[in-house]
Amino acid sequence: MIPELGNFALILALLLALTQGTLPIIGAARGIPSWIALARPVVQGQFVFLAIAFGCLAYSFVNNDFSVMNVARNSNSELPIQYRIAASWGSHEGSLLLWVFMLSAWSVAVSVFSRHLPDEMVARVLGVMGLVSVGFILFLLVTSNPFDRLLPAALEGSDLNPLLQDPGMVIHPPMLYMGYVGFSVAFAFAIAALISGQMDAAWARWSRPWTTIAWVFLTIGIMLGSWWAYYELGWGGWWFWDPVENASFLPWLVGTALVHSLAVTEKRGSFKSWTVLLAICAFSLSLLGTFLVRSGVLTSVHAFATDPARGVFILAFLVIVIGSSLLLFAWRAPKVGLGGKFDLVSRESMLLANNLLLMVAAGSVLLGTLYPLIMDSLDLGKISVGPPYFEAVFVPLMTPAIFLMGLGPLARWKQASLPELMLRLRWAFGVSVVTALLMPFVMGEWKPLVSFGLLLAFWIIATIFVSIRQRLHNSGQGGLFTKLARQSRSYYSMHLAHLGIAVFIIGVTLVNGYETEKDVRMEIGSTVTMGGYTFRFNGASPVSGPNYQAMRGDIDVLRNGEKIRVMQPEKRTYNASGMAMTEPAIDTGLLRDLYVALGEPLEDGAWVVRVYHKPFVDWIWFGCLLMAFGGILAVTDRRYRLKVHSKHVETTTVVAEGKRVASNAGLAAGGKKA
Amino acid sequence: MKPRHRKLAIIVSGVSALGIAAALVLNAFESNMVFFFSPSQVAANEAPVGKSFRIGGLVEEGSIKRQSDGVTVNFVVTDTAKVIPVVYTGILPDLFKEGKGVVAQGKLSADGVFRADEVLAKHDENYMPPEAAGALEQARIQKTVMTQ
Repeated sequence: MIPELGNFALILALLLALTQGTLPIIGAARGIPSWIALARPVVQGQFVFLAIAFGCLAYSFVNNDFSVMNVARNSNSELPIQYRIAASWGSHEGSLLLWVFMLSAWSVAVSVFSRHLPDEMVARVLGVMGLVSVGFILFLLVTSNPFDRLLPAALEGSDLNPLLQDPGMVIHPPMLYMGYVGFSVAFAFAIAALISGQMDAAWARWSRPWTTIAWVFLTIGIMLGSWWAYYELGWGGWWFWDPVENASFLPWLVGTALVHSLAVTEKRGSFKSWTVLLAICAFSLSLLGTFLVRSGVLTSVHAFATDPARGVFILAFLVIVIGSSLLLFAWRAPKVGLGGKFDLVSRESMLLANNLLLMVAAGSVLLGTLYPLIMDSLDLGKISVGPPYFEAVFVPLMTPAIFLMGLGPLARWKQASLPELMLRLRWAFGVSVVTALLMPFVMGEWKPLVSFGLLLAFWIIATIFVSIRQRLHNSGQGGLFTKLARQSRSYYSMHLAHLGIAVFIIGVTLVNGYETEKDVRMEIGSTVTMGGYTFRFNGASPVSGPNYQAMRGDIDVLRNGEKIRVMQPEKRTYNASGMAMTEPAIDTGLLRDLYVALGEPLEDGAWVVRVYHKPFVDWIWFGCLLMAFGGILAVTDRRYRLKVHSKHVETTTVVAEGKRVASNAGLAAGGKKA
Repeated sequence: MKPRHRKLAIIVSGVSALGIAAALVLNAFESNMVFFFSPSQVAANEAPVGKSFRIGGLVEEGSIKRQSDGVTVNFVVTDTAKVIPVVYTGILPDLFKEGKGVVAQGKLSADGVFRADEVLAKHDENYMPPEAAGALEQARIQKTVMTQ
């Protein structure tokens, strides 16, 4: 009963999405106010029905309704409740339902926070989002219905993949999807601008916070995924250049370019067409990413051949969305125009260069991700492109980008002088070179690559200091703190996000340069020493969890002969699936992580044990968090709040006017009476 | 500089930068492509010597032997037609089992043993690495052709 209810809700949502995708857009084109006014209520109605549908699916999971195929395949009655809820987006079908549910949540947000926008604009934006929604709901209903029944019902479910039974995995997909889906707002704004042919600084100001929020979600989503891979997969790595990871990294790269390009469009009115193109690209890559990960094409290209409905639908949908928006772009972009002019050396040109570098980086990741798939599907042989390719491409591409990242914030808009910039930054450059050369000695060994990585990081930090000092110098009278408080939040947010990049680079550089890894046979009582720490193996003993059996190792960590910690890595076997899984033990610290994982049991209670010493590894995720905080700070900038404030003024004046009209009417009426 | 010259300078520098980037990317791409060969292809000497490549198939039943240091493992990969002996030092993935699918990356040494520096088994019990599945399928087709 409940799954059927969910199915009906989904069908009703489709009908509302169809309305949302057609009438408001036509209404805006023909100037029919009642059709334009339809946009907001329809969006909210669609949200209600999708919420019901999603609630029904979650209900089926929580209540172990194994007569639903999706539940039977992805859950189990022994599964703890939080993972049963998470399992509702663990599968292909459920995750797409979550996707479209989030799309409608973003649409509702747009409909609520857009009171100050022209109604035609809102109608077009929501209409485009409605069309995207139509595509997704149709895909769900036609090829991957999450409410499909399994008759006769299964007695027991086949369990959620144990790797996904983890708190990080519970929130990682929703975060990532919020990012993917969030770019649909930027996309819809861009398409609306193309349709209307109107695009100015106000347009950029409207779409900018939305894009930034989406970017923040995506950043946090990728960070959580990387962190999860680190502590859950048992390999101690944090990024593998796996197609699944690349699928989320691609929209991030283009989204980062978009955030910067939007800044130029808002401040200077330049880069207009480019911004629109980036918005289209970012969302197209989000769609591609969703489908790459969720369609099973990565598992096997030939799965498409066995289940052609899904593959054909996906390809058709991608072609329609990307093709039609690029066609619209080609047709209408000249109308939007390029925007203001700028010099060869200026902040604009530096931002443009960085945009191009980010796009080339995205293109190279796309090549490395899709090329093996294309080769395979055309039967031209099986190849794989591993981390060496991506590393060989990324470091040279990002080096000039990071150099410009330090230069850009200090350069003037429109026209900057290179000699003057060099003069202002000579100390920053000197300090970062000297520190980068000396720092590796502190770590114990000088390595050229470490020095190079640190140079990039210290360059960012040093230029941030120079920028802030200069800004304070130019901001009039007052003490240090009054001056600091006078700077806008968006100014600080930029530096905070850039600082995040620096922290990230420090983490990556030091962990790559100085990590030690050992796979060793450990008998009971034997020790291994690494990075000044001694690990003593005390054997492993059986323990049982809610839905698994495990062997838990007991390892003492000693420093200078003193016991500082006990680490208990596990080797689990899950009851329902019989799947084995390594659960490493990690001792997290500001300057290093200790990481221990159990390999295989040997004779006499001995085990193969993997021991890592990873300096500065947590800085990688801390850097990502700083970037995300930077984004959040940017959205809370005064000029966005001012708008809300001025809206209040507007409404109060309207109310006052209304009162005046009313009292005039009253007077008139009174006059008549008299 | 005249505006016309400036524009030209921007375009030329932009195009040349993109050209350099593209050359860099394609060069890195070409030198880092890793090809896959099935045990039958390796037996037919199709695999490169001295260059890293991937093999895949099933881990043959009863073939896993651990050396006395505890971390070096010998096993045999088969596509049911031909076999390759493999040696690997390190911890094997959780889903590495006899009779299950596996993909290994490494180099073939002169004595015919494949020295793996990476062993991959994917994160799902029911799922066979696509390359391994492909190798088995290929061997099956070969066999039917031969028996006919």
